[in-house]
Amino acid sequence: MLLAKIVGTVVATRKDPGLVSSKLLIVRPVDPKGKAEGSYLVAVDTVDAGVGETVLIVSGSSARMATGMKDCPIDAAIVGIVDTIDVPS
Amino acid sequence: MQLARVIGTVVVTRKDANLAGITLLLVQPLTPGREPAGRPLVAVDAVGAGVGEEVFFVRGREASFPFHPVEAPVDAGIVGIVDHWHIG
Amino acid sequence: MGTVVSTQKHRKFEGAKLLMVQPLNLDDTPRGHVLLAVDGVGAGVHEKVLVVIEGRAANEALGTKGAPVDAAIVGIIDHVTIDADI
Repeated sequence: MLLAKIVGTVVATRKDPGLVSSKLLIVRPVDPKGKAEGSYLVAVDTVDAGVGETVLIVSGSSARMATGMKDCPIDAAIVGIVDTIDVPS
Repeated sequence: MQLARVIGTVVVTRKDANLAGITLLLVQPLTPGREPAGRPLVAVDAVGAGVGEEVFFVRGREASFPFHPVEAPVDAGIVGIVDHWHIG
Repeated sequence: MGTVVSTQKHRKFEGAKLLMVQPLNLDDTPRGHVLLAVDGVGAGVHEKVLVVIEGRAANEALGTKGAPVDAAIVGIIDHVTIDADI
């Protein structure tokens, strides 16, 4: 899984029926120190996260194992809001 | 699977119900020469690994198998602690 | 290219031989990072092998079900022929 920061929201009216009522957020992966790295992606929010929060992203077919996402056409889901990251040096 | 070193822990209170009780660790993938191989990522722990240990982890949906029948939404999981490796 | 020894591992790995493999380009130069794969065919260090990198296929190859593996060695390569004109 990846750590990422939520940077925005996506509104899409016309979409796959499996995505109706899903909240789509734009996230950018961050390193353990919180520094942004890599490219942005769109993830479905399943834990009521908000812009600015650091979250846990699950990718690939595992994203469909997030609560309520079974059989939905998604490849990234937000499954947790990060409280703390501890990296002893 | 890939070799990695456990470099830290992640605390997540608000999370998917199927992640309850599962430990989340930060791992740095390694080359056989113990150099970093790509970026660190978060992996669930299925074997009781700790910070500083060398482990191997599995990617994809298979990472959730140790928690069966719970369908944990995870895509990387530590499935072994490495005693040593040998390059021929 | 090497072997990995792990005592404390998921129970579905018991008895499995874990090998380090370096993916190759067609010209035998290294391609990407070294992976760990479970050996399903009795391969040895230095042999050129065929690896599946997908969980369900790996489980099929190893005859397991529900094992947390994502890569398996499914063949030992005798030789590869490349038509340079194509």
